[in-house]
Amino acid sequence: MKWFLKTSALAVIAASAVQADENANLVVNGEIEITTRAEAPAHIDGLSEVLSGWLFRSSETQALQMDDFENPGMIFVDEAIEAFNTVEGTESNSCASCHENPESLAGARATHPKWNDEAEEVRTMAMQINACRTEQMGAEPWGYDKADMLNMEALMASVSRGLPINVAIDGPVEATYALGEELYYTRTGQLDLSCASCHEQNYGNYIRADHLSQGQINGFPTYRLKNAKLNGVHSRFKGCIRDTRAETYDVGSDEFVALELYLAARGNGLSVEGPSVRN
Amino acid sequence: MKRKILIFCCLAFATPTFAEDVAPDDVVYSEYGEVEASLSGVAGDPDAGREIMVARGKGNCIACHEVTALKDEPFHGEVGPILDGAGDRWTAAELRGLVANPKNTFEGTVMPAFYRTSGFTRPGDAFTGKAATGPLSPLLTAQEVEDVVAYLQTLTE
Ligand code: HEC
Ligand code: HEC
Ligand code: HEC
Repeated sequence: MKWFLKTSALAVIAASAVQADENANLVVNGEIEITTRAEAPAHIDGLSEVLSGWLFRSSETQALQMDDFENPGMIFVDEAIEAFNTVEGTESNSCASCHENPESLAGARATHPKWNDEAEEVRTMAMQINACRTEQMGAEPWGYDKADMLNMEALMASVSRGLPINVAIDGPVEATYALGEELYYTRTGQLDLSCASCHEQNYGNYIRADHLSQGQINGFPTYRLKNAKLNGVHSRFKGCIRDTRAETYDVGSDEFVALELYLAARGNGLSVEGPSVRN
Repeated sequence: MKRKILIFCCLAFATPTFAEDVAPDDVVYSEYGEVEASLSGVAGDPDAGREIMVARGKGNCIACHEVTALKDEPFHGEVGPILDGAGDRWTAAELRGLVANPKNTFEGTVMPAFYRTSGFTRPGDAFTGKAATGPLSPLLTAQEVEDVVAYLQTLTE
């Protein structure tokens, strides 16, 4: 309740385009050091350094992410810890039956999306969680970008916080990476804008009241003050494409999986920081 | 349900294209992107143009441009250059071309074309995220482009 009152007041501040503190450093709970600026990976031509979206938010919004008691996203992490230990499905398994505790999965968020040899497909974190649910637990899959899934993704992110994103771009994922890159630079809709138009050419600039970041995804899932819930990365893609007056792709689609892989690798070197707080 | 249909009808009539208007695909651009002839045949109204410049659902030009004369409207963007003095820098024909389709003046610019209805990738049905169902309407009508051009001409230093 306390944080709730606080954040609704802050939402007003955040909406009024307060200058961001781009020189701030992010340390969570006084102990987890988060890399929010790093040299751009060699495979990214359009950027010299990569910057977390956290740097572009107001200092009030930034502060919410520095302490788990202030971070509204952590409430959902708590819910997911319960789900992690709950037996479901025909096999009488919980996540904990195979993965001792959430911390045992530290590092997984940093390397997804990644190739799964057995399934011969690129898997996002959400796809991997659902593969475990359906194949290992005999349970129903969770809806893509729906609450149960986002909660679990937030838990998986939280145990990887501070670790460098390190998503592979070669070998069996090469074609997926290439598709993602193509989608990133394709101008869509009647406004004829690509992701790069806003997040590569114009990060740091205001577009009306919005301070444009690089659109990095190391902070996902993100708790947004605007809608007061966790937001999945494909839903964010959808929103941004819709804003170009274009027909979007669906959450979970091959196109968005490819875009996610490309974007994740665009941020290689930044830390995992989800669940992050954004406006 | 009935009310919904009614609203749709009104919307459909809210963006009229008059017979005298030059259709978006028929606009003639010079080599440098100028458009000499008025798109509507009716002189632009700078006051109406001012409203279009700031309205989010219309030109929303200040999303990307700062304009000192419009400082009573909050939140001017920084994506494009400041438009102060645009009326000195550009002729009416150049401004008309710039608003109708700036890609003819600045190759590859991020500025959208406000009087163009073809040649897009995955055009949507406005901001719904769904595919466009019929022919697109331009972002601004012919007369609205003329109004904006008339307003831009008042931006002199
Ligand atoms: C019966 C065993 C079993 C259960 C139950 C199970 N998993 Fe898994 N999990 C696996 C195996 C085996 C892998 C190795 C990857 C694969 O599928 O090939 C794995 C992989 C993963 C990974 C990727 C690890 C990495 O380092 O890349 C994540 C994340 C994960 N599981 C999360 C979960 C979650 C969350 C649940 C519960 C909703 C769950 N798992 C339930 C067996 C299980
Ligand atoms: C018209 C401008 C525009 C376009 C085009 C655009 N975005 Fe965005 N995007 C924004 C704005 C504004 C925000 C919110 C502020 C910020 O973080 O940049 C945002 C936020 C994001 C975020 C959240 C960043 C964070 O730290 O939480 C991601 C991810 C993102 N965009 C990805 C994309 C992708 C992928 C595309 C193309 C498919 C795209 N955007 C196209 C304007 C745009
Ligand atoms: C998404 C961003 C965006 C929007 C929206 C936008 N512009 Fe622009 N505009 C630009 C950019 C960027 C340039 C600079 C051209 C270039 O080099 O790409 C520009 C250039 C211009 C210029 C020439 C600049 C000068 O003064 O020398 C004028 C005039 C102009 N825009 C008017 C408008 C008007 C009028 C509207 C609305 C009806 C508008 N713009 C909407 C981005 C935008």
